[in-house]
Amino acid sequence: MALEITQYLLAAQSPDAKIRTEAESALGQFRDQNLPGFLLSLSVELSNDGKPTESRRLAGIVLKNSLDAKEAARKENLIQQWVSIDISIKSQIKSFLLNTLGSSVSEACHTAAQVIAKIASIEIPRKEWPELIGLLLANMTQPDRPASLKQATLETLGYVCEEISHHDLVQDEVNAILTAVVQGMNVSEANPEVRLAATRALFNALDFAQTNFENEMERNYIMKVICDAALAKETEIRQAAFECLVSIASTYYEVLEPYMLRIFELTSNAVKGDEEAVALQAVEFWSSICDEEMELQDYEVPESGDSSASHSRFIEKALPTLVPMLLETLLKQDEDQDQDDGTWNLAMAGGTCLCLVARTVGDAVVPLVMPFVEANISKTEWRAREAATYAFGSILEGPSTEKLSPMVNAGLDFLLSAMKDANGHVKDTTAWTLSRIFELLHSPATGFSVITPANLQRILGILLDSIKDAPHVAEKVCGAIYYIAQGYEDAGTSSSLLTPFLRDIITNLIATADRTDSSDSKLRSSAYETLNEVVRCSNLAETSQMIVELLPVMMSKLEQTSNLQIVSSDDREKQGDLQASLCGVLQVIIQKLSSADETKPIILQAADQIMVLFLNVFACRSSTVHEEAMLAIGALAYATGLEFGKYMQEFYKYLEMGLQNFEEYQVCAISVGVVGDICRALDDKVLPYCDGIMTLLLKDLSSGELHRSVKPPIFSCFGDIALAIGEHFEKYISYALPMMQSASEVCAQMDDNDEEMVEYGNQLRRSIFEAYSGILQGFKNSRADLMLPHAPHLLQFIELVANDRHRDESVTKAAVAVLGDLADALGSNIKTMFKDRAFFTELLGECLQSDDEQLKETATWTQGMLGRAFSVYG
Amino acid sequence: MATHELRRPFKRPAISDQQRRREISLQRQAQNRRDAQHQARCLASTILTLQPAQYEPAEPDLQLQSETELIPELEIESQEHRRDLRDIDDVRQASRLKGVEARQWFAKQLMLPEWMIDVPERLNTDWYVFARPAGKRCFVVSSNGTTISRLRNGSMLHRFPSALPSGARTSKSSHSGQSYCILDCIFHEPDQTYYVIDMVCWAGMSLYECTTEFRFFWLNSKLVETGACDAPSSYHKFRFSTVPIYNCDQEGLNAAYTGPVPYVKDGLLFCNKHAHYQSGNTPLILVWKDENCSQYVIDTDSKGQVPNKQQVVLELLFDGKLATSDDPPVIFGCLNEDFIQEDCRLGIFSDLLLVMED
Repeated sequence: MALEITQYLLAAQSPDAKIRTEAESALGQFRDQNLPGFLLSLSVELSNDGKPTESRRLAGIVLKNSLDAKEAARKENLIQQWVSIDISIKSQIKSFLLNTLGSSVSEACHTAAQVIAKIASIEIPRKEWPELIGLLLANMTQPDRPASLKQATLETLGYVCEEISHHDLVQDEVNAILTAVVQGMNVSEANPEVRLAATRALFNALDFAQTNFENEMERNYIMKVICDAALAKETEIRQAAFECLVSIASTYYEVLEPYMLRIFELTSNAVKGDEEAVALQAVEFWSSICDEEMELQDYEVPESGDSSASHSRFIEKALPTLVPMLLETLLKQDEDQDQDDGTWNLAMAGGTCLCLVARTVGDAVVPLVMPFVEANISKTEWRAREAATYAFGSILEGPSTEKLSPMVNAGLDFLLSAMKDANGHVKDTTAWTLSRIFELLHSPATGFSVITPANLQRILGILLDSIKDAPHVAEKVCGAIYYIAQGYEDAGTSSSLLTPFLRDIITNLIATADRTDSSDSKLRSSAYETLNEVVRCSNLAETSQMIVELLPVMMSKLEQTSNLQIVSSDDREKQGDLQASLCGVLQVIIQKLSSADETKPIILQAADQIMVLFLNVFACRSSTVHEEAMLAIGALAYATGLEFGKYMQEFYKYLEMGLQNFEEYQVCAISVGVVGDICRALDDKVLPYCDGIMTLLLKDLSSGELHRSVKPPIFSCFGDIALAIGEHFEKYISYALPMMQSASEVCAQMDDNDEEMVEYGNQLRRSIFEAYSGILQGFKNSRADLMLPHAPHLLQFIELVANDRHRDESVTKAAVAVLGDLADALGSNIKTMFKDRAFFTELLGECLQSDDEQLKETATWTQGMLGRAFSVYG
Repeated sequence: MATHELRRPFKRPAISDQQRRREISLQRQAQNRRDAQHQARCLASTILTLQPAQYEPAEPDLQLQSETELIPELEIESQEHRRDLRDIDDVRQASRLKGVEARQWFAKQLMLPEWMIDVPERLNTDWYVFARPAGKRCFVVSSNGTTISRLRNGSMLHRFPSALPSGARTSKSSHSGQSYCILDCIFHEPDQTYYVIDMVCWAGMSLYECTTEFRFFWLNSKLVETGACDAPSSYHKFRFSTVPIYNCDQEGLNAAYTGPVPYVKDGLLFCNKHAHYQSGNTPLILVWKDENCSQYVIDTDSKGQVPNKQQVVLELLFDGKLATSDDPPVIFGCLNEDFIQEDCRLGIFSDLLLVMED
């Protein structure tokens, strides 16, 4: 059944496009006509040592791509195709692949290992390849097998472990795999290739080793082998061993205590003297420990004072030696690390780890770091000054304000002067440190700020000077201004402090955004984002004039983007980025100005022109809509209300496009949100567009392709539409209600062990309730009877949610509200349905005792509606 | 196999607030959605159940026999009228009513006590008691930036700014047009204070269907928060006050009966804890008066002497019945149609006090 396809596979890689296309189409035809034969032929090709490497390589890739895809729906499709292939063909394919592991061509082994793992990921959970693990282990245990087979086998085991879940294997299999892997890692393994493959395989198998890690003997052995491997002669093995330690730091934190001394020694030596790749992993080990301990601290019960038993306080204990080790790394900067985004070196890893250490232990880090700062900050060597500044910036988050404020107050002036340092790295880090100071120690709303009326002018003077510095410095300066502005948000009278400087700040930010000396758009977008924050946080009563003046400036900038010359797709992308920034600014201005009665007319007057600009932005693209423009239009619809109706005819097609954008699901989600804005703006004037909108929303809901996060907003949107068009929603009932019902059934069956699913389930529940609320209220006055047949299902769903222990406050609110809506709309009709149901009294009782005023009021209202429904005769 | 290099964000990643803008948008939309749904619910909660059955004068047997033949006609007329008014669901609609209609509408909204003629069961556990302030019983309605008080007969007592939600046009009370309050009050002339004895709607929320227990709780927790109990100011013309409410145990009764209050007492009011607010007379509110707790048991002249003739002032209700201004009113009789029509020509309809001497 297998066909000879070598020629096609080679031709498909020909530089001649014509030959290539022909070969591709021939292969495609083969696949479409006879998938089993096609896959079998590929496996034969891959396994045959007599074939050229190129055709074998492509055979392997095509085979792999026939089993797995990134995109979920396609992946599911491929899995189904594989599962339905005749079992004897599948056996042949698998056997060819296993044979390939013994090939002398290492690339073929490598590819076969990956393909085997893909098949395993399909078949092992279905218990359709029970013999795989046994066959692989046989390769390891039989004495006469070549080292290359062992290496390929270990590699395969690693991939298989990476693909499947540890629930898919029985403990005996896990034990056997670990035994084989750990044996391969042992010092006694003469072949370094095998040892490396084994160490890498262990990395993937660690998740499977839970039971083994609970057993002290086994754990001791595994840890010993890893620590030994961390001292191997070969760099790659050492690196892989440290990667194992990093993974263990988070997976098996609670059993690490007995090994920490040894690990500290290993990591410390690695950081001091090993190759950078190894040293980076050694630092990463400590960063991972910080992550773990911070998470443990998050769950600590604050009043009890003591932490959970599993918190071993490794960082605190290691602090006196760990901090100096990290401070040393700070001096190992690369010459041009600020220019290249791809750089990741020991100084960066060490500095990042120091930040985490400070957040983990708080005040205790300060006395260990400050002597280093003081000793280095004035040295002539730039590395010393930069390292000292970085160290200072690293410890700003974690320690208490009381501990930090004297130091920061004393150091602020020095840092401001350092913005004139001769070295770019020093200026970059200084600006970063300033932005962290303003982020963390400038909070006038809560009563503390390092910024005073006395030093504000000097601070801003220096920042607005330095914003003209090199792009990477300017970008950090934007960050500093951003946090200064943010601190003054809602800060009462002290927010006025910034007002006199605002015009200057805005001018400088626009000039920065206009700079052309930056290689990418990062500086420009930072400048615009900072401008947004400045506008958003400003005291509108004092700054409205400036913001009103900013509006036409931004509008004309957006207008100019349609004149940009677009030759390449790169040009188009740049245009899109610029439009995104400008739409973002306009959105913020629209929201700011429409938030007060005095300035709202400005937006209403400019609405026509603004809308034309947004529509032009949309018109720049053929198939997608611009996300930021869509967001801004939502704000405009909210601001203009009924007036938005006149834009609908023109805008509608883009809305349709947005609602159909499955791929960029954020765009779809935002478009759904805009539908809600439009419903509230237009009320029943939205009716002519509802057929189209509902059709698309229903399509979105039934799509398996669309990201699930968009689905809750769609249900909420049903409610928005129903509330806007009232009785006219009738015609959608027979489509929308079944969707709501089946979604509520999905909620009932959700896995409540998965935190992410619990969160999603809550969103879904809330949105389904919102849909019901909107529909019930919309129908209340005329067609409440339509909801009568659906009431029992809704009631059942409310009961289910009421009894759910993972229910969050927002879900409770929505549930109580919809209960009242049900009683309000259907009145005494609900009496019989409530018979024998006691849950609602408990739910109401819970809500009436809540501290949340809003919830209490809603519950009171619902209580009233229920009381009325029960008291009416009928 | 790839190495598992873990890169962490170094210094600050480029500021990108797009996600934040999305979230702020979502928050705004969620808030707007809540507002829209809340608004829809508020419209519902203001449907004031008029309960005509309970409005029927409580003591029909007191009507004068001689005038009974006049009653049917009048009844039909007034019932028709009542049906029209029953269609007014929304208090804001009602607040737009002018003159006679407004008076008639509001005249029906108060919950009126019966006389206490025996001791209800479970008095000590299920009832509250408080000393009723002497003064003008009225409904106080705040909405759309103004506050209006209407007497029991529906006529307006004051129109004034107040610190109640939506009670004044001030910038700080940014309550939406949907936010309004209806309070059951007694206006106490000597200290120019509205003593709030019940809360019917608060900040757009109907409390009609809530128990007395809950209404009193809400009243006591909400009223002070608004500043309505503060001394008068330019945006707050009259002071509001709660009254001390006691459980009906011996201690509470004693406190209500003899305890000092800043107002002139006019009897004791007993309220059943489980009762909902309902218009008209109800046996779930009872009033007790004797000379120790009320001045108005029997008339005295300015020297404190009991005069020879006791005067009775009767109120002419819109349907022609004559009633005392007691709370609860006692219907004494009914004027004949000719008399009313004649007076109508003179511009007198209801809201008229007639002085009669025995």
